[in-house]
Amino acid sequence: MLAIKNLTASVDGKEILKGVDLQVEAGELHAIMGPNGSGKSTLAHILAGRDGYSVTGGEVRYLGEDLLQLEVEERARQGLFLAMQYPVELPGVNNMSFLRESMNALRRARGEPEIDTLSFMKQVKEKARQVKLDEKLLKRSVNAGFSGGEKKRNEILQMAMLEPKLAILDETDSGLDIDALRTVADGVNRLRTAERGMLVVTHYQRLLDYIQPDKVHVLADGRIVRSGGKELALELEARGYGWLLEEAAA
Amino acid sequence: MGQTNSEMEALIAAEYAQGFITRIDSDTFPPGLDEAVVRAISERKGEPEWMLQKRLEAYRHWLTMDQPDWAVINHPPIDFQQISYYSSPKQSPKLESLDQVDPEILATYEKLGISIEEQKALSGVAVDAVFDSVSVATTFRETLAEAGVIFCAISEALRDYPELVRQYMASVVPHKDNFFAALNSAVFSDGTFVYIPEGVKCPMELSTYFRINEAKTGQFERTLIIAEAGSEVSYLEGCTAPMRDENQLHAAVVELVAMEDAKIKYSTVQNWYPGDLEGKGGIYNFVTKRGDCRGDRSHISWTQVETGSAVTWKYPSCILRGRDSVGEFYSVAVTKGFQQADTGTKMIHIGENSRSTIVSKGISAMQGSNAYRGLVRIAGKAENARNHTRCDSLLIGDRCAAHTFPYIEVKNPTAKVEHEATTSKVSEDQLFYCRQRGLTEEDAVSMIINGFCKEVFQELPMEFAVEAQKLLAVSLEGAVG
Ligand SMILES: Nc1ncnc2c1ncn2[C@@H]1O[C@H](COP(=O)(O)OP(=O)(O)O)[C@@H](O)[C@H]1O
Ligand SMILES: [Mg+2]
Repeated sequence: MLAIKNLTASVDGKEILKGVDLQVEAGELHAIMGPNGSGKSTLAHILAGRDGYSVTGGEVRYLGEDLLQLEVEERARQGLFLAMQYPVELPGVNNMSFLRESMNALRRARGEPEIDTLSFMKQVKEKARQVKLDEKLLKRSVNAGFSGGEKKRNEILQMAMLEPKLAILDETDSGLDIDALRTVADGVNRLRTAERGMLVVTHYQRLLDYIQPDKVHVLADGRIVRSGGKELALELEARGYGWLLEEAAA
Repeated sequence: MGQTNSEMEALIAAEYAQGFITRIDSDTFPPGLDEAVVRAISERKGEPEWMLQKRLEAYRHWLTMDQPDWAVINHPPIDFQQISYYSSPKQSPKLESLDQVDPEILATYEKLGISIEEQKALSGVAVDAVFDSVSVATTFRETLAEAGVIFCAISEALRDYPELVRQYMASVVPHKDNFFAALNSAVFSDGTFVYIPEGVKCPMELSTYFRINEAKTGQFERTLIIAEAGSEVSYLEGCTAPMRDENQLHAAVVELVAMEDAKIKYSTVQNWYPGDLEGKGGIYNFVTKRGDCRGDRSHISWTQVETGSAVTWKYPSCILRGRDSVGEFYSVAVTKGFQQADTGTKMIHIGENSRSTIVSKGISAMQGSNAYRGLVRIAGKAENARNHTRCDSLLIGDRCAAHTFPYIEVKNPTAKVEHEATTSKVSEDQLFYCRQRGLTEEDAVSMIINGFCKEVFQELPMEFAVEAQKLLAVSLEGAVG
């Protein structure tokens, strides 16, 4: 479903991605790990189409299409979802209305009718309960004044409501206490289906105690330097990233 | 459309049996202003002698005044001898069908969700009888008359209720008040008169829109609203039609008088032609609006959504004379392109326990410049007066500007005056976030802006609030990026 081939990209003339190869099939969950500053968020942003990055080489195919040609909202409408490392505050924009607008934008793109108020309310309440997001926060402005954990739960709620084809989670686990971490993991596990691809960016292996990845990749210095199974994550936990970087440099 | 213009005019004229609405398009004075012009206007209107004398007094005083230059606006000096002071407000030729209307205007109407019939009326197309405006107006007139409410053109009021007009006109905004008020007092061509008798709650929202002939009143309108003790009225001014008049000067004066326990709510949605994106053309809007809370517990509330005009200079104000009187000002002002707005309010507290609330939301996009100017004055006698001011600016892009000028004068130590101000930007992060959730950039911007303006929109009557939202979206289309 997602095929990244030799992707290189730079920011302000500085090369960040130096040839990334990655393939995610429907039904698979891949974890991307790596030290700070290795380019994980850069990769996630480029997949979502954020401005400010220049792709200097390589290609990305998503559901058979040239992903990089699509506008940000077109990618979203084709089922690509990014849970952001730093969810953005939208003061004055009601959280529930935002979610509903978003759902309807995706539904319209699929040629479906807009969701009726009743089923929307039912769904949003049920899913808010699942991610343990206080219902009061549904009535507040999007992320405005939310705690770090609340923001992340809100991202998971959006993901659950929007039912993406490909979900990318950028360090959704960072800065969470163990309860919140489990909630995020539950949210991810609930969404695992045979049709859905997932790319989970994480700095720590502890999330993988709750999520069984099909593959683990290590992104270091703009390249995937190692791919493996779950055991790779455990090895990283034990040994850190240093040895991989040395091996990669050698 | 089966009807010809003249038939339609006959219909309208028949409705306004009082004689107002002599079609004035063909009756345009040559440009220029002197005493003879002032006299001619008064004569044309068949005004009483005292009105003429008041006009002349204002004119003579105006000659001694200079154009104000303290506002944060730049425009070439206005040549007052180049303006015609008596003319049909819409100088464009009368249109016979919608086909003759600028398609861009029609597209805008469509986005605003304005019906075809309304479109015809607003574009100055002769309205055929299918659009039942006349009978609509008649129904209103009857309902209002039953309640004892007077709602008519000010020239009509000068003929039918001269003593009422004489008693109140210029009692809130005297001609010496400021340059533009003096000019208006000398040459005002028409406007609206509203009188709500004691204890009457006006049975409907009053709007110039329903006084069709008034919807396009000219450059120098004069509005006078009087709410007697215990009465209540909500008045909507303007419609959201883009008026394509070229670089015109509008200098209106609006006076409100609220007696004991009376309540006046005055809402404006203004979308005059702002000029093109290079800054050519557009309306210069210099307006003096003031409400006098004369009676105890009286309440005057101004709500405005200003998206139009090239230059806006406007400070709807309240004089809180009565004890426990309340003044409110809720404003959204949008500037984009080369639009400039210098707007705000004055709350003059004189009465004990008088309270005022100011909520100002300024939005600037592209090279737009937006200034809030607000005066809160607490007079020595105003025990326990309170004011709360919220003044928020939202910037879209980085070439626009926002300024805030709060003036606070407190002469009574028991006063409580609070001022909060914020400036925020529609950030790239926000737009990316919204777009990642499937919204277009325009939807995202309008969502953020509507959120920003919520407190003001909820003060507008329902239908108006919806229109105002759409209007903002339309007016900011393409303003991002
Ligand atoms: N907008 C930007 N401008 C300049 N440098 C950036 C920008 N975004 C990321 N970088 C740089 O790119 C590198 C990778 O960052 P990032 O993708 O955020 O890493 P990670 O998510 O793996 O911690 C870092 O060196 C960071 O400083
Ligand atoms: Mg990161």
